[in-house]
Amino acid sequence: MHSIGEPLEQHSRDAFLPFLRLPWIAMANCERSSLVTFAAASALALVSLLSPSLRAQDNVFTGTNTGVERIRIAAADFRAGSGDAGSLKQTFDSVLFSDLQNAGVFDMVSKSMQPQAQPASPKEVQLNQWSAEPVNAAYVAFGTIASEGGRVVVNAWVDDTHNTQYPQVIGKQYTEPAGDAGARTIAHKFADEIILRLGGGIPGIAESKIYYVRAAGGSKEIWAMDYDGANPHALTHLDTVSISPRVSPDNSRVAFSSLGRDGFQIRMFSLLLNRTISFPSGSGTNLSPAWSSNGQLAYSSSRTGDPEIYVTDANGNGARRITNSRGPDVSPTWNPKTGSQLAFISGRTGLPQVYIMDSDGTNLQRMTDGGYATSVSWSPNGQFLAFAWNRKYGPGAPGGQDVYVMEIASKRWIQLTNGIGRCDFPSWSPDGRHIVFAVGSGARAEVWSMLADGTGKHRLAGTGSDMPNWSFR
Amino acid sequence: MISHTTRASALLTFATASMLLLGGCHKKESTPPPYVAPPAAAAEAPTATLEASPATIDLGQSVVLTWHTTNATSASIDGIGSVNLNGTMNVTPSNSTNFHLVATGDGGTADANFRVTVRVPAPPVADTGTSSNLPDDATFHAAVPDIFFGYDSYDVDGAGQSAAQKASSYLVQHPNIRVVIGGYCDERGSAEYNLALGENRATAAKTALVNGGVPADRIRVISYGKEKQFCTEQSESCWQQNRRAQFNLDR
Repeated sequence: MHSIGEPLEQHSRDAFLPFLRLPWIAMANCERSSLVTFAAASALALVSLLSPSLRAQDNVFTGTNTGVERIRIAAADFRAGSGDAGSLKQTFDSVLFSDLQNAGVFDMVSKSMQPQAQPASPKEVQLNQWSAEPVNAAYVAFGTIASEGGRVVVNAWVDDTHNTQYPQVIGKQYTEPAGDAGARTIAHKFADEIILRLGGGIPGIAESKIYYVRAAGGSKEIWAMDYDGANPHALTHLDTVSISPRVSPDNSRVAFSSLGRDGFQIRMFSLLLNRTISFPSGSGTNLSPAWSSNGQLAYSSSRTGDPEIYVTDANGNGARRITNSRGPDVSPTWNPKTGSQLAFISGRTGLPQVYIMDSDGTNLQRMTDGGYATSVSWSPNGQFLAFAWNRKYGPGAPGGQDVYVMEIASKRWIQLTNGIGRCDFPSWSPDGRHIVFAVGSGARAEVWSMLADGTGKHRLAGTGSDMPNWSFR
Repeated sequence: MISHTTRASALLTFATASMLLLGGCHKKESTPPPYVAPPAAAAEAPTATLEASPATIDLGQSVVLTWHTTNATSASIDGIGSVNLNGTMNVTPSNSTNFHLVATGDGGTADANFRVTVRVPAPPVADTGTSSNLPDDATFHAAVPDIFFGYDSYDVDGAGQSAAQKASSYLVQHPNIRVVIGGYCDERGSAEYNLALGENRATAAKTALVNGGVPADRIRVISYGKEKQFCTEQSESCWQQNRRAQFNLDR
């Protein structure tokens, strides 16, 4: 019951699991002696997590299934097709490289080590240049970028360097309105195509977006940015406290909770019309909206006097209550695979804990065994929960709040952040390989991104940025 | 034909003129002016410049002060003390501050000012209405004290029950007064959970009033979670201040 768990079994190719080789901790019950053993076991796990040998193993397995090595790919600098494409080319080359590197499935040939050649067409590329030592690339991406008549046009190819007879894997032309944004968009589209074709069948995330809260001068607004932190911009201008943005699966609208005269209400922002649209209000405090992949909404409402979880359709109609227990019930998240299960946070026994249940409220199951657990997010493959957890919490007790991932079937968990500050609001990327989260609080909060095994942490948005939500696609 | 005589006199005139010219323009000999030493250079006055970046911040953020002085032997900034003659420093002011740099040198003193504005979120304040039937806020708060809660709790304890008793009897005696109860949490913990907990706190206070005889339809509740804070220090006493249900006149 208290022993360090065995590594999890191999999953099918579609089910990404980067941390198979790391020791899992079995859940203990809440007796004092087991807590001590638990603490010792978790300390040991933490040490193992940080040990260099295990880290070396991580580099091999991060981003892929066990036993599958990362694919080595080179991104040649593209040939500028016209004189004025110079700065567009710089943007395109660097965004393409970052997108492929961020994906977590490729071993990128570093720019300083690759040939200087800029092949502009399949006829020009010399495959042995790219497959030979020290480059050793299995695939090479190359092509041209030009600015013509107000549009940026990219001809892009990917060749298999070992298949001299039929090398072409991808050959595509992209066009967008001319300008930096157009060059970025094409780089994202091309990278996603490469990731889809070569990265194991899961679509890339380079075109996905992150919605978040930006605090300034006493009010909080809803903002949006690209998945890599580029192009941050405000959506709402409501001059009040607006929090908990969640974008719909079809990317048409963002649900959020906003403080009005009668307290917090669920509100809707249309990304197509670029303004807020109406949504039925309810009495009480209405919080933390969540979309199912089939277009239902869940949220917390205290219209009966006690915060409970409600489910409605996408327009807010047909509200039905699915929890019924004294104490705060809040922060629902749907199982993206089935659309018929929810995880949520409840304070019905004291400090908040993670629970799962069916979408009619039956089959309630408690997942965490203590501490202070909030902000749960269900992984795209349906198998994991990410949440914020402080495992030693209470008046006078030290302890940090960090991001944890738990396997639902076994309840074994792993800690992904440690010592970087108070972490909260983890949100899974659509490919299940990345997690975006908030560090710090209030005016100093920041939004960070990492791979789902805790490596590759980097900052996406600066001070006052909080509560991030990764789009479905 | 030029006569011999004319030629001779012209030559003589020419010779005389050239002698005069070649003989030089004798400067008149005169005594040179008395030597006056150049005036000693006066000590140059010092200069001072000071700026802060950014000039407007939210509470909790920090600014970088940058200053330069010339012709100074010492420099100081009010509230910081003596500083290098040129330098930068990170400061985190807790309210709007006028930074004042003084540079002193042989040539005198110079100073520079730069104002940093700190946006502090305003603590919750009840609307001040103009109804003459209602008491003012100070009187109201004295008669209807707030209820405070323990850590992660929305139970009304003994002190809370006494406060609720006091509040109920006042409200029963003044049937024209309507109340809005705000529920608040301390800044630890998660924003969404704290909004739900604040709701439970406000509702618990409402229940205590109803049990004390106040009709429920005169009471409204709003949760603010940790979005509105009464104080911002990271201390148990401030956290306790924030764990409350606050009664306000509902105008």
